[in-house]
Amino acid sequence: MTLDPLQLCLLFSSALFCVGLVGALARSSTILVLLGVELMLNAANINFIAFWRYGPPTAPATGVMFVIFSIAVAAAEAAVGLALIIAVYRHQKNIRLQEASRLKG
Amino acid sequence: MTAALVLIAVLTLATAAVALALRNLIHSALLLIASWFGLAAFYLWAGAEFVAFAQVLVYVGAVSMVVLFAVLLTRRSRADPVVSPDSLSRAVSAVLTGVAVFGVLAAAILGTRLSPSTVAAPTATVRTIGTQLMGTHAAALLIVGMLLTVALLGAVVLAAQDPAETNQDAP
Repeated sequence: MTLDPLQLCLLFSSALFCVGLVGALARSSTILVLLGVELMLNAANINFIAFWRYGPPTAPATGVMFVIFSIAVAAAEAAVGLALIIAVYRHQKNIRLQEASRLKG
Repeated sequence: MTAALVLIAVLTLATAAVALALRNLIHSALLLIASWFGLAAFYLWAGAEFVAFAQVLVYVGAVSMVVLFAVLLTRRSRADPVVSPDSLSRAVSAVLTGVAVFGVLAAAILGTRLSPSTVAAPTATVRTIGTQLMGTHAAALLIVGMLLTVALLGAVVLAAQDPAETNQDAP
């Protein structure tokens, strides 16, 4: 069985998604959980580019547009997430997820 | 052509997996930067040069710095940013979940008859991207700019320290 490049790209992206998923589920450091989520977002971007490259022809640069907006939203998400981590650290003196169990400041 | 893709994929996945398994957060952040470089190489391989440079600028340049700042601001002791080990049962169940999800996805991908287009690869010149951004997607561009502004202001508000609180914490 020969794999065409589109299938290879999709396998790559699903493997990256699963690496991010395992990281987000297994680790208890908040920073590593956020980085796992970032990896899952990057896996989605790989799919956009793969279908733009090998999929049926569309309007010019559609996949590239998707990825540019996705990267912008991911950057905003990372900034807010890391600010939240710093706020949690200030209250709990710790960034372990198990100990961040109170909503009261 | 395919060999380059496999090489890029293996390097990216290996660095990402090792980064998420390490206990030293600084090493994790640096390995994730390597992984993001691998993704930029993939975008170059696929012919999306603009996206590759955006990936390098945003992830390798900006997000990595924010992550390193967060690691350094939240470490427990001044000596080393090493986190305590996580529970083994959670790690095992997480790996089982990940393998199951990958199995489902891979079975779906391999079981689908995809028909890649045989036409020439699409090209996205910077001129095309610019006209698309300013023409068809102008509203979306404005909304994303607004979102970035609001999100970064919100991040500053969240992370900023209250002056009263600082005085209270002082000995």
